Amino acid sequence: MHIRAGSRTERYDRGWSNVRVIIVGAGQVGSSIAADLDATHDVVVVDCDPERVDELNYSLDVLAIHGNGTAVETLEEAGIEQADMVIASTDDDETNIVVCATAKAVSSAFTIARVKNTEYLRTWQHSEKAFGVDFMVCTNLLAAESIVRVVGLPAARDVDPFAGGKVQMAEFEIDEESPVADQTVSEADRFDSLTFAAILRDGAVTIPRGDTVIRPGDRVVVIGSPQSVQGFATTISPEEAPGTAEEVVIVGGSEIGYHVARLLEERGFKPRLLEQDSERARELAEELPNTIVMESDATDIDFLEREYIGDADLLVSALDSDEKNLLVSLLAARLGVERTVAVIDTTPYVELFEAVGVDVGVSPREVVAEEITRFTREGGAENVALIESDKAEVLEIEVDTNSVLSGKPIRESVAALPKGVVIGAITRNREFVTPRGDTVIEPGDHVVVFADSSVVGDVAPKL
Amino acid sequence: MKLRVDYKASLRLVGTVLKYLAVPLCFPLVVALYYGESVIPFVVTMAVTVLVGMGLERLAEDPDIGAREGFLMVAATWFAVTLVGAIPFLIEAHGVPFVMAALHPESTLGNPANALFETMSGFTTTGATVLGDISFESHSRSIMMWRQLTQWLGGMGIVVLAVAILPELSVGGAQLMDAEAPGPGIEKLTPRIAETARALWGAYLGLTVLEIVLLYGLHVTGNAPNMDVYNAIAHGLTTMPTGGFSPEARSIEAFSAAAQWVIVPFMVAAGTNFALFWHVLTGDPKRLVRDTEFKSYLGIIGVISAILAGVLFLGDGLASAAPAAGTFDQTYLETVQTAIVGNVEPSLRQSIFQVVSIVTTTGYASMDFNAWSAPTQYGLLFAMFIGGSAGSTGGAIKIVRWYVILKSLRRELFTTAHPEAIRPVRLAGRAVDERAIRGIYAFTLLYLVMFFVSTGLLHLDAARIGFELSVLESMSAVAATLGNVGPGFGVVGPMGSYLDFSNSSKLWMVLLMWMGRLEILPVFVLFTPEYWRR
Repeated sequence: MHIRAGSRTERYDRGWSNVRVIIVGAGQVGSSIAADLDATHDVVVVDCDPERVDELNYSLDVLAIHGNGTAVETLEEAGIEQADMVIASTDDDETNIVVCATAKAVSSAFTIARVKNTEYLRTWQHSEKAFGVDFMVCTNLLAAESIVRVVGLPAARDVDPFAGGKVQMAEFEIDEESPVADQTVSEADRFDSLTFAAILRDGAVTIPRGDTVIRPGDRVVVIGSPQSVQGFATTISPEEAPGTAEEVVIVGGSEIGYHVARLLEERGFKPRLLEQDSERARELAEELPNTIVMESDATDIDFLEREYIGDADLLVSALDSDEKNLLVSLLAARLGVERTVAVIDTTPYVELFEAVGVDVGVSPREVVAEEITRFTREGGAENVALIESDKAEVLEIEVDTNSVLSGKPIRESVAALPKGVVIGAITRNREFVTPRGDTVIEPGDHVVVFADSSVVGDVAPKL
Repeated sequence: MKLRVDYKASLRLVGTVLKYLAVPLCFPLVVALYYGESVIPFVVTMAVTVLVGMGLERLAEDPDIGAREGFLMVAATWFAVTLVGAIPFLIEAHGVPFVMAALHPESTLGNPANALFETMSGFTTTGATVLGDISFESHSRSIMMWRQLTQWLGGMGIVVLAVAILPELSVGGAQLMDAEAPGPGIEKLTPRIAETARALWGAYLGLTVLEIVLLYGLHVTGNAPNMDVYNAIAHGLTTMPTGGFSPEARSIEAFSAAAQWVIVPFMVAAGTNFALFWHVLTGDPKRLVRDTEFKSYLGIIGVISAILAGVLFLGDGLASAAPAAGTFDQTYLETVQTAIVGNVEPSLRQSIFQVVSIVTTTGYASMDFNAWSAPTQYGLLFAMFIGGSAGSTGGAIKIVRWYVILKSLRRELFTTAHPEAIRPVRLAGRAVDERAIRGIYAFTLLYLVMFFVSTGLLHLDAARIGFELSVLESMSAVAATLGNVGPGFGVVGPMGSYLDFSNSSKLWMVLLMWMGRLEILPVFVLFTPEYWRR
């Protein structure tokens, strides 16, 4: 087994105290990452605006340096030789990629690049470590995922995507009215591609078996395909979770709008998408087979009434400007849309917009900063979700021939492992495979494993 | 009126600093035990500072320090430690009811204004004294060591020390250090401000220890008979902070030429930006010789010393006759004349020592420079305004400010001829921010205004009580306290004292020293209504 982009154990060994992180670009994203990390990491920030550098030196416990982050001298001044991690978070994709490539050329630091353009992300995913980037976060994609999660799974407390979004892990709280309350796990599990990984009860983690009874107040952790998790969400609280029959309107065919539509399509929704520009609308219509693309101005009241937009259950406003998104959301709410979600570029506006009537504001910058911070905190391991503060861990691993899992049906390999381990999901060639007792895991498969913390140390080497 | 300053948060942090002030008080306490003197002055002070500190700490739970609170915290800290630091002096003169009789009832520090003056002069590393009689007859050795130690604590900065060792100060730390540290702005050396503070204090401690060892080494090898352990420590503690207090009435004149030569490089080091030492120690020694301010600093010292050495050598540098009533008599004048005039080493040593002492604002003297001629004295008065480098322990205006001012004046002349020209002022190749230039002008102007206004006030106040004071004397008294230099000319000369001033003048000079150490603005701003309101 190896944990991709891994070296998790190595980073633990180095200890957390003196992890040196260089952040290039001190805009909203860079500053907020710096603010989140300054207490636990040695942070050096590089920016080309002297005033911003000055301000950061005083407001945060970081070393801010004025200079061009793509220049080797600047990176050297920032102490690149001792750096453990370089985060490129300027507003320009190309600059960020060049920063990472430069850092890779002169050091062995782990590099993280923030990009907007999904093309770069695709190239990077296609051949890992392309551009000298060890981890790439795509603002637009993350924002879209965040919107879909916010609107798609209202009952979920915590949702983590794995295997490039093909697998989701979600934690649900079961209340008394839920239909699955007091049912056994096998009764509640009506979905092929869903695995019950754990039940959290009174602060303890239980690995459920078929006859385990789910009680009200329990928190259930499930792992499965996005559709099945969505389906489960609908089952446990039919009133709250939107069924796929619900009407979703997306306003604006921006990158974010496009990804929201695409992700909703994957979950079985049939959204409508409004785009003003005819060429872009045509392009979107070709890309999104299950979406109704309409070419219109979203503030055209006649059009909105004619199309009964007001009857929609949900409206996502993903236009280019914050002001337009606010206007469209308020207009939609007035027309009778139940819930509105607006994309807000300027993070500090989120609270204000939510106060004046937008139900949920999503700031792409905030989302990306959170993602990078989370990633940095976890020390570069890919998707290690920690449930209930360290009681259990979820690992995503790529199986190689040395793994105990390789070439055997799951039933046999699990018997060789200690109790408290669940094979949550498998993806093969980027397709979801439902783990059953007789499923044979092949080398190259990505497996999401749920393990009790007490056994994680024994299990990890065997996989 | 609603206050816009969270004074409770500031005072809470002042409380923390006061609480920890008990730790350095252990040092004179140990000295007292060693010499068999009373420990009560220090035990009582420790109890007071811990209790007051803990009381203030209850004011706020989790202090949030912004720019305004930072100024208040730093200014209040310096005032609070001065109040506490004066307690041992007062106890020595008055005793403690029912516990201890007065140890030295004749001590001039029994007057609260004097005790406050001496302590503020100590913490701000000024070195101006109001001790009538500097000897162990009228003050115990432990009390004198406390006086030396206040300078050492104040040198690199009490708040910088607090940032270095107290984790709760790390977030607003940069703000606080900026308000305290000499020079425009601070230089962060490491990602963590606490590490920067520790690096500065480490260099400071290392140099202090080195100096003590060297001075005592001279004593052991027979080159400085009266530089015993006590004196070596006492002078080590006041050289590196550019302090200038000496337990010897004749200051450094009491020691051999060798000891005087050893002290000179340490005064020079004390006037250097300590960040440069950090660069040297972390493997970048070229930074020291490349630094514009350091080069100008050495250049200024070199030029002024050379001129004065020449004048002293030729005999024009000394007064022609001793005044009828003054700090020196005809015998002294004749002794120094035969020693200096026509002799290379003494003229060089006397001029270099005095110039370095004044430029770095240390305030030691290797001779009574009242015996110098009027033009050479004006040369020294001018030197009082130069000051050490930014980020050093020195006071006054600082080399880097003069450098920027001169460069921007040259730019004004250039743009008068070429109005369209855009010429950034450069410091070591890097353009200086225009706002920073404006700040430097404002500071320097305010400094000069304070100087002129205070000179007038002191002169008037002296006339009020019938205390004879020449213009040069009152000017030098203000320049020496505001610039944290210490000695001036005439009555306030290196072997004289500030004792004869009225209490009101002394309290005004306490304010000047306080302002001078914190570079005026952090204190001045507290007296503006806009600071407290919106």
